[in-house]
Amino acid sequence: MSTGLFLVQALNGLQLGILLFLVAAGLTLVFGVMDFINLAHGVQYMLGAYLGAAFAAATGSFWLGLLLALPAALIFGLLLEVLVFRHLYDRDHLSQVLATFGVILFLNQAVKAIWGAAPLQVPVPALLEGGVVLMPGLQYPLYRIAVLGAGVATALGLWFLVERTRLGMLVRAGATNSPMVSALGVDIRRLFMLVFAFGAMLAGFAGVLAGPIFSVEPGMGDHVLILAFVVIVIGGIGSIRGAFIAALIVGLTDTLGKSLMPDLMRLFLDPSAARQTGAALASMLVYIAMAAILAFRPRGLFPARSG
Amino acid sequence: MPRLRLDVVLTLLVLAALALAPLLGFGANHYLTLFARIMILAAAAVSLSFLVGGAGLASLGHAAAMGVGAYAVAILDAHRLTDITIVLPVAIAAAALFSLLTGAIAIRTEGVNFIMITLAFGQMAFFTASSLAAYGGDDGYTLYDRTGIFGSRLMENRLFFHYLCLGFLIFCWGICAMLLASRFGRVLRAARENPLRAQAVGFAPYPYRLLAYVIAGTLAGLAGVLFANATEFVAPAYMSWQRSGELIFMVILGGLGRLSGAILGAVLFVLLETWLPSLTTHWKMIFGPLLILAVLFMRGGLIGFLGARRG
Repeated sequence: MSTGLFLVQALNGLQLGILLFLVAAGLTLVFGVMDFINLAHGVQYMLGAYLGAAFAAATGSFWLGLLLALPAALIFGLLLEVLVFRHLYDRDHLSQVLATFGVILFLNQAVKAIWGAAPLQVPVPALLEGGVVLMPGLQYPLYRIAVLGAGVATALGLWFLVERTRLGMLVRAGATNSPMVSALGVDIRRLFMLVFAFGAMLAGFAGVLAGPIFSVEPGMGDHVLILAFVVIVIGGIGSIRGAFIAALIVGLTDTLGKSLMPDLMRLFLDPSAARQTGAALASMLVYIAMAAILAFRPRGLFPARSG
Repeated sequence: MPRLRLDVVLTLLVLAALALAPLLGFGANHYLTLFARIMILAAAAVSLSFLVGGAGLASLGHAAAMGVGAYAVAILDAHRLTDITIVLPVAIAAAALFSLLTGAIAIRTEGVNFIMITLAFGQMAFFTASSLAAYGGDDGYTLYDRTGIFGSRLMENRLFFHYLCLGFLIFCWGICAMLLASRFGRVLRAARENPLRAQAVGFAPYPYRLLAYVIAGTLAGLAGVLFANATEFVAPAYMSWQRSGELIFMVILGGLGRLSGAILGAVLFVLLETWLPSLTTHWKMIFGPLLILAVLFMRGGLIGFLGARRG
């Protein structure tokens, strides 16, 4: 593999990592503050992508689509919280897993009923068409660079919000010891609703950004959901910093693995077997990394919760 | 004489109905296929119920152990080794070894991380199966032959297979119930209720939990052998996390903490999953909300619901 190709794959990996971070950030906070497993977080990403695509098609502008999709995703998140999730906070993890699994089934089928099973294509906005020359003879799409930039900017904003504001302090306190925060007079449910809605919007944002890169289709959230869970477990539940680092690890491992493993396998196997075995091994790498990290640090890299 | 519990009576009725069904006019192939699916998934769900309800280990990778058993059948079949004298020992050894290796790591973690690490191992098994190009890869593998029994082709006899599945389900239920009632089961429950106290009286939970994990995985592997024979087909989807989720759903739907609940849950689940698609292609839009309502309003599952109604 040439340096140029490696550079492109590394950038793709970082960009997948950034998208994963946007999804995982909400997930890890919801998990950390309310000890609530939300499997439906992945479909919120999918919904963001669909809303973005639908609004963009209706208004004829990607930017208007993005602008409309964000509040829509937020409102939808609030709706789900009020209808389903708030009744599950005091239940055990398995009940939460099941009920939110039900939400996945419903929404995956609902988007199929509304938009059809075929993938939707979202055109890249005109402003970000074309590419950037990384090296002589090597172009990289401008849109992907923009996604990377938007993701990093959002991550920085989130870091500021969580680490440097009063609201963020409460969220961190809630992730460390929520009964104590509640005892000190903070309305933890209200705080949680805020975190939840914000997390839904971030996941939706990631979905809108992903629209022009990946195809928008039913079930697109499931794969991302599992990877986002891997991210928050590796990073340590409730930790934004952990989620960021783990998201980059997972994004790079997954993308580089997928392009390197088939080449590596070709040293041992014939080309067609190498392609299949390599691709499967590459898909496994992320989980192997997770199992290895949990075997040595059962609470993840940066656990937020005390004791 | 101890009073029989309602859920046990109900489960015995279900088993009796399954035993009599082929004799009472439900002997057509499509019925027997449905019954086989119910019984095999119920057996797997019972082994999971033993693990979750008994040992407190909520595995989200149980389908992987089942898939290992199914793939043992497929891989041996590709080499024309289809007799039970080879298939059974290999499948048992493979499922037990898989559970031992993954369990040894997974049981070090607790709570949510345990759920997640078992999910991760399930995904690894899934992708491994997808990579087996020689045995169908992504597309799955169609068996040449059902497993032979000492050289005979009894498995092809649909009635024999029906009663074999029924026997296996009863075997699973019996052995899990016996284990839970034994000294071993009491240590498991003590470790679930209060690991610290269990340790203080001299029982380190780890080896007990690991053994429970291996037993449940092996039973699931055997269920996988039957499942492969029932469908004469094996695919990576058998190991998907969605399948593991469905097994958990059967356990919870019936009622966690009672093995019979897993059987009732599996019956209800498979019937719903068979009946709803005949109403509408978008049946999952009904099934999803049903799932949510079941969790929200039927605490303690079907058994809890029945118990509350009665008393």
